[in-house]
Parts: sequence; C-alpha cells; structure tokens
Amino acid sequence: MSTSTGAAQNPSSVVASAEQLIDGWELVVGLEVHVELATKTKLFSASANRFGDEPNTHIDPVTLGLPGALPVLNRHAVELAMRLGLALNCRVQPCSFHRKNYFYPDLPKAYQISQYDQPLNVDGFLMLPGEVRIGIERAHLEEDTGKSTHFGGAEGRIHGSEYSLIDFNRAGVPLVEIVSRPDIRTSEQAKQYVSELRAILLAVGASDAKMEEGSMRCDVNVSVHKPGTPFGTRCEIKNVNSIRAVGRAIDYEARRQIDIITSGGSIKQQTLHWDDAAGRTNVLRTKEDADDYRYFLEPDLVPLAPDTAWVEQVRSALPPLPAARRETLAKLTGQSKESEAVAVVVERGQDTYLAEVAKVGGDAARALVYVQQAFAEEAASPRVPAGDLAALTLMEKNAKITATQAKTLLAELVANGGGDVIAMAKSKGFEAMDTSALEGLVDAAIAADPDAWAKFKAGEQKAMGALVGAVMKSSKGKADGKAVTALLQAKANA
Amino acid sequence: MAQRRTVVDIAAGVSSGALSASAVLEENLAAIGSREKEIHAFNLVTAERARERAAQIDTDVKAGKKVGRLAGVTIALKDNMCTRGVETTCSSKILAGWKPPYDATVVRRLADEGAVFVGKTNLDEFAMGSSTENSAFGPTRNPLDTSRVPGGSSGGSAAAVAAGFAAASFGSDTGGSIRQPAALCGLVGVKPTYGTVSRQGLIAFGSSLDQIGPFSSTVADSALLMEVIAGHDPLDSTSIPQPAPSLLNVLDQGVKGMRIGRITDMPEGSSPDVLARLEAAFEALRGAGAQIVDVKMPSMSFGLTAYYLVAPAEASSNLARFDGVRYGLRVDAKDLNAMYGATRAAGFGDEVKRRIMLGTYALSAGYYDAYYGKALKVRRLIADDFAKAYESCDAILTPTSPTVAFKFGDKTSNPLAMYLCDVFTIPTNLAGHAAMSVPFGTGEAGLPVGVQVLAPALGEAPMFRVAAELERNA
Repeated sequence: MSTSTGAAQNPSSVVASAEQLIDGWELVVGLEVHVELATKTKLFSASANRFGDEPNTHIDPVTLGLPGALPVLNRHAVELAMRLGLALNCRVQPCSFHRKNYFYPDLPKAYQISQYDQPLNVDGFLMLPGEVRIGIERAHLEEDTGKSTHFGGAEGRIHGSEYSLIDFNRAGVPLVEIVSRPDIRTSEQAKQYVSELRAILLAVGASDAKMEEGSMRCDVNVSVHKPGTPFGTRCEIKNVNSIRAVGRAIDYEARRQIDIITSGGSIKQQTLHWDDAAGRTNVLRTKEDADDYRYFLEPDLVPLAPDTAWVEQVRSALPPLPAARRETLAKLTGQSKESEAVAVVVERGQDTYLAEVAKVGGDAARALVYVQQAFAEEAASPRVPAGDLAALTLMEKNAKITATQAKTLLAELVANGGGDVIAMAKSKGFEAMDTSALEGLVDAAIAADPDAWAKFKAGEQKAMGALVGAVMKSSKGKADGKAVTALLQAKANA
Repeated sequence: MAQRRTVVDIAAGVSSGALSASAVLEENLAAIGSREKEIHAFNLVTAERARERAAQIDTDVKAGKKVGRLAGVTIALKDNMCTRGVETTCSSKILAGWKPPYDATVVRRLADEGAVFVGKTNLDEFAMGSSTENSAFGPTRNPLDTSRVPGGSSGGSAAAVAAGFAAASFGSDTGGSIRQPAALCGLVGVKPTYGTVSRQGLIAFGSSLDQIGPFSSTVADSALLMEVIAGHDPLDSTSIPQPAPSLLNVLDQGVKGMRIGRITDMPEGSSPDVLARLEAAFEALRGAGAQIVDVKMPSMSFGLTAYYLVAPAEASSNLARFDGVRYGLRVDAKDLNAMYGATRAAGFGDEVKRRIMLGTYALSAGYYDAYYGKALKVRRLIADDFAKAYESCDAILTPTSPTVAFKFGDKTSNPLAMYLCDVFTIPTNLAGHAAMSVPFGTGEAGLPVGVQVLAPALGEAPMFRVAAELERNA
C-alpha cells in the first residue's frame, strides 16, 4: 500500500462524506472475518466439529497430521461455503487449495491448507443501511488450527511461559475467511458490516457465528489519509471479539494513527493486538519479521470445480436473506426497515412467527413491540402460540385492557409458554373502565388539583402528568392512559 | 543363495493345500538368519507376527475357509509405509520408535488377501537417495555383490527379495526408487501410474510424485501384486476413481504389432554394457513382431533439474511436521524455536537437511518464480513431449540405470553424481506415467542390467505385455 503513487490506484473508490471525516482525515477500513462452518465433521476428516468438549476427543490421524495421513475434502463444507458466497452475491468459481507453511505447535502439519490465488467465492458485496455497498473481495475455505493455552507466563502468551497445552479439537474445523474490500469509511459502518454479515450467516445456516466462542473472529485493517491522496499505510488489528470491540478498536486506532501523522511521524505496517480491557492496541509484530509462508499448490488434493448444476441447486435453496426479510416485516408492521425492532426480530429469526400472528388476525405493529421486548430469550419459533399473542394485541388495540395491563399479561404468556389471555385478564380483574366511570375519576382529579388543571389549560403539558397519575391511582391502574389524556384534552378545549 | 519361490507359486500352492504357509515363511526366516547380518535389508523383522499369521492361514486352508489371492505370500514392506502398532521409521532418527495407529491402504489390501509380512525394510532416510547409504541405521548391501550398493531409495526392499528373505516386497518410487534398485538387484520393479495405487499411509516425500509399487522375481508376480494393491481409494483424493487393471491376462499376448519407441536424443552417460543390453532388448522385441520407432524427448535431460526443485519443495513442507511437538524425537531446549532447531538438527541426516534447504529456498518469496515456478513449466514440457512421443508408439524402452550396481562410497561425496543415477527414471514421475524395470541379462562384473519400459498414464496393460516379452527373451 505504501508503494501506491496516486489516489487513482487506491483499491477502493468509495469516498467518505464530509461529516464522516475525522478532523479532515478519511478513515479506510477493510475486514477479514473468519467463521467456523456448521458442519458435522471437519474439513478434511471424519472427526466431529464440536465446540466445548473435553480436549483432544475429536482427533484422528489427519487432524493430528500423523505421517502418511491424507486430507479428504468435506462436501458439506464446500456447500455451506458456496451458500455463504452466493448470499454475499459472490461468483462461485473453479478453485484450488494451497499449503501455507509455518511452524507453530497448534498447527499439526506445520502448514495450513487454505485457498490462495483461486478462492471458491469472489467479487461479491454486502449492503448496509442507507444503500451503502461494501465490496467482498473473496470468501475462501481453509482449516482452523488447534488451540494453545500457555501456563506460567505473563498475559497467557507463549513467550516466557513454563509450558503450553494444546487442544486439537478445533484443528481442521472448516473456516471461511470473508475478505471485504477497503470500502468501509466509519467505525459505525464496520459494526453494521459485522452485524449484517452475522445475520446472513445465521439466516443461511452456514455458522452459529458466536463471537464470544470464537466461531466468528474479526481482523480489522485500518489506515487514514487525506481525501484525494493515496491510502495510508495500514495496520491489522487482531483479537477483536465483539461488534462493540470492532467499533472501539477502529476509533482508537484511527486516533492513534492521526496523532502520529500530525505530530510528524509515520505509520509502520504492523500487526496489532486489541486489548479490550485496556481499550488499546499493542504491537504483535512488524512487517519486517512477517513470515514467508511459501505457498504452493496442495499436492494431496485435486482442484475443486463446482459444476453449474450444483451451484444453481445451492442458489435456489437459499432461504430469504435478512435484508429482504426486514423489508417484508417493515411492510407488515408499518415500520421503517432500518428500525431497531425490525432488525432485532429478523436477527432472532422471529419474523416468520410475527407473520403468523398477523395472519391469524393479530395487530402486527403491536405484535412487533411485544416480540421485540419480551421474546429475547425465545427461539426463532417462540413457545407462545401465535393465536394467544394475536388475542393479546387485539385486546389492547380494542382498548379492552391498558398498555400496562397488556405488558403484565405478555410477561405471563411468555412465562407459561402461552395461555387464554381473556381468562387471564378476567382473573386479574383487568378490564378497561367504561367512559362514564373514567370521566368521573377525571373530574375528581381536576377538582383535587386546581393548580395543575390551570397550568394544563394554559398549555403547560408537564402538568398533565400529575393529573393522569392521579386518575391511574384512583382507578387502581385500570384506567387506559391514552383515554385519560384524551378526556383531559377534550375538557381543556371545551 | 536360497532358491527363490515366486508369488504366483506360493499363492497357488498354499491355497490348494499343497504348500504350507508356515514352511514357506520358515525358508525365508532361515535365509534371514544366515544372511541378514551381512545384508541389513531390514530395520525390523516381525518373525513372531509372521509365524502367527502363516499358521492362521494354514489353519484356514485346512478348515476349507476361503483364503485370499496372496495366501501365504511372504512380503517385506519399505519402512515408510504405516503398519498399525509396528514401528515405522523412514530410516530416520526423528521417527525412531514411532508406531502408527493405522495401516496404509496398500498394507490393508495385502493383508486382506492373505499376505504374510516379514518385516520393515531399510531405505535412504525419507526415501532420499539412490544407494540406501543415507539410512540413519546403516547401509544395505547388494546380495549379488556385498561390496556394492543395492540402489535406492528402496534398497532394503530390493535386497530382501534378491536374498530370498521374502517372496516379494514393496517400495515407493518418487524419482526411480523402485526401478533403480530393482535393476541393480536383478528384479522386476514397478512404478504405477500416479493415482493408481493409494498413497494413504505412505509417509510422503514428494506428494505429487510418490507411488507405491512391487518388487518381484517375475513379471507375473508383479502383475498379481498390482491387481491386489491398485484401484480407487476414497482416503486418497489423488487416487484415480477406477478399479485395478487386469494384468495377469495380458502377459501371454506378446508384442506383435506393438510400436516400441527408441529415444533418439536420450541423455548421455550410460555405460556401454548397459547400452548393449538395451540394444539387445530392442532386437528381442523386434524379433517378437514389434515395430521399433524413433521418438524425440528433447526435454528429458531437464527432468533431473526440475525434479530436484519440485521434490525438495514438497519435501520441505511434508517434513515440517517432524517438529518434536507430538511424536518422534524431541531434543529439549530453552524455548520453542530452540527445541525445533535442536530436534531437527539431531533427527535428520545430511541429505534430508540438504533437500529441505533446497526446497525451502525454491519456494521462498522472490525465488519461487525462478525456481519452483520454472520447474513446474519444465514438468509440463516433459508431459507434452511424452504425449507427442506416444502418438507414434505404445511404449518406450530406456536403460533403468546408467550403470550396474556401484561400489559403496563411489558417489557419496558427490551428490550430483548420485542424482544422475535417476536421469532415466525421473521423467516418468514428473509426468505421472507408468514405468517398470525388467532384468535383461548382465553387464560389467556379471551384474544384472535392467531395461526400463515406459508407458503413458494408465498404460499398465501394454507395459506388462512388453515386460513379459522381455522376460521370455532375457
């Protein structure tokens, strides 16, 4: 990158808007995201692909790199990788595997089988809110390493440790590395990118994408430069393990680089480690001591060329993707497709359930609020029958119960996994008051607090709260807040 | 020297009950008892396992149970093929004592057909060499003249059959490691088409070149052994998805009407006795009704150079796993990198280190295009030249080795002279084709000369026809 001679050669033509600049500096971010595929077995052997079991229980000669053992490619892994690639609008192409050679104790063969100059998926893109398009350079297949744990040293690093233990359960687990183009211009976009990618992974069933368990891991490339000039030297940040950390690491790194440049220094190409607790990056290694991986074609595998029929079969079996589902849900509920409620419900996969609630006659807008607020712990198919939730939305919509009462009943529905809401409301004594009774209580409240009433009539909206509160109190919570407000307003206007 | 029984005779005799598997084995063990100390064909003799196995086969025959196509056939395995629970060392200190938890596919297929394994044979460390002088456990001697090498790298396997220690043996051939020792020990040796025989369980040297193949006293023996070990293996992704070829039934077909290629621009340097036998071989085939045609192989002499970049490059990666972390030798040191260095310095011999360095260099950033990349281009040229040659012929004859068996130490001080031993055998591996060496008379000092029969990929059937004709005329 430092060899670029002009802005025209920058690998991305996306230009930041004025308000996206940081003190006049343009931020350039590219992401490399590794995801573990949700296969039953490993990429090149029949051992189980399972997280969290006793160490070294899912191993075999291939996983351990024993002499004479040969890799055999897992067809399902290829299919999941293709599914992901197609969901990211990539082209699936004939490809091959290479060996990436380096020594490390948790890399049993001393090389990683990966894809190099001919990856499976190329040239895709991912859309962020506001029609922001982030290019996907490639999404390629490779095997994961084992997991080392170092004991007796500082910070759990190998240097200075007394001994290390290795768990090979993870070795050979299929990974897809998704490499974005450097099209991201703000830390917010980077967070949106990871969040959207995660939603797509879950939607197509390619991965469980749990960042906290390491089944989805982000490396972030960050550089800064003045708009219209060549890109700056980039640094790569590793160990960024949550969406929040992605944002924080980029903000920190951008500021660090700008401070260095503006105080007359220059950026060295480095690999950095994000320390989330300290909120800063530390140097892992500089470019000079980077490994020479001596890539060459893996002679133990043959080229992989998915034929058109296979690709089309995978494409046609793709489920609706999050963006389309958000649009559908937004239309159904009358909300913006970029609203948080819509995003959250689609991410949980509960949009199908919501459509069912609407289909049996429920009020979709209210159902959306209920599901967003009360179904966080529920699966994609919540236990509460769609009919029960629909009944609740109608009771509230038709003012049979108040919003507060609806909330109470909703909690009970979720706790019990469903129930007859009409009977539940009755047993709790929940019923909206009729208008004449309510009017009496409102009049009483006005009489009791003439001061507040005068202020309210003079247009002081704050005074309304005291009056509504008094009615709610005297009605023992049965009054509908909206109806009380409406009555007060009508009396003031009379 | 002990009378050698053939694989075909033993299998027929044992399965019919005319011959006892135990008796056959004891003949071999007796030969081992009298000469193994001098020859050093084996890293390990598995006499007790073999006795149990032979006794079981005899019991099965008596009980009328079905026995396999190799019932009672005694076989020696090159010590780079994994044998479950039996030490497998590649004649290297770095693997000394290592017992694989699984059998190579070839080993399993042989066992399934009733073979009796006599032991694991010596080799040039990790199959790198042409004389078996590079073994960490000492050289193997040629049973025909113990002042001479048996060839390599499968020298132990060749010596074991030549000395009557086993009816047949298996080696691996990356650049000539079966054919050259077969020639030097007066045996038939086969390098099958790449992908015909599974590499699963063969400890890799040059993965894109390695193939397992048999050593035997006769062409028919090798044909039978090939029928047993060849054929698709789902555990080897480079295995060709088709069944083993039928070879026994082509041996009597003769060569009438076949076109045999003579390379007019063959690399020079072969000794006159070897060239004389090659001429005699052409004459014999002509006499049997074959047509001799001139073909050109302009790229053949570049094969050696390309090979010594491709094979070491793959080896540098294949041998990186021997790092002292999980199995084999570990030399403790102050930290991880020092442990890697100390272990590999102590565990590998000079030739292995030489090739790891060559290969690492050839693949390094900045050198890849000039070395490894160029070698791959030469590899394609050689394949193209062969393809052109095979438009006008069905098989090609060359010497297997430029000379008969040479004396110990003759070439050890000059690696390049040693590398030249494989000038005729290497191009086949680079092209992935089939080839075999057939004994065809004797040369200097009465030592055997081998003639190499080359055939295109999957050309095993015509290759065996030619080999059988040569054997009838030898």
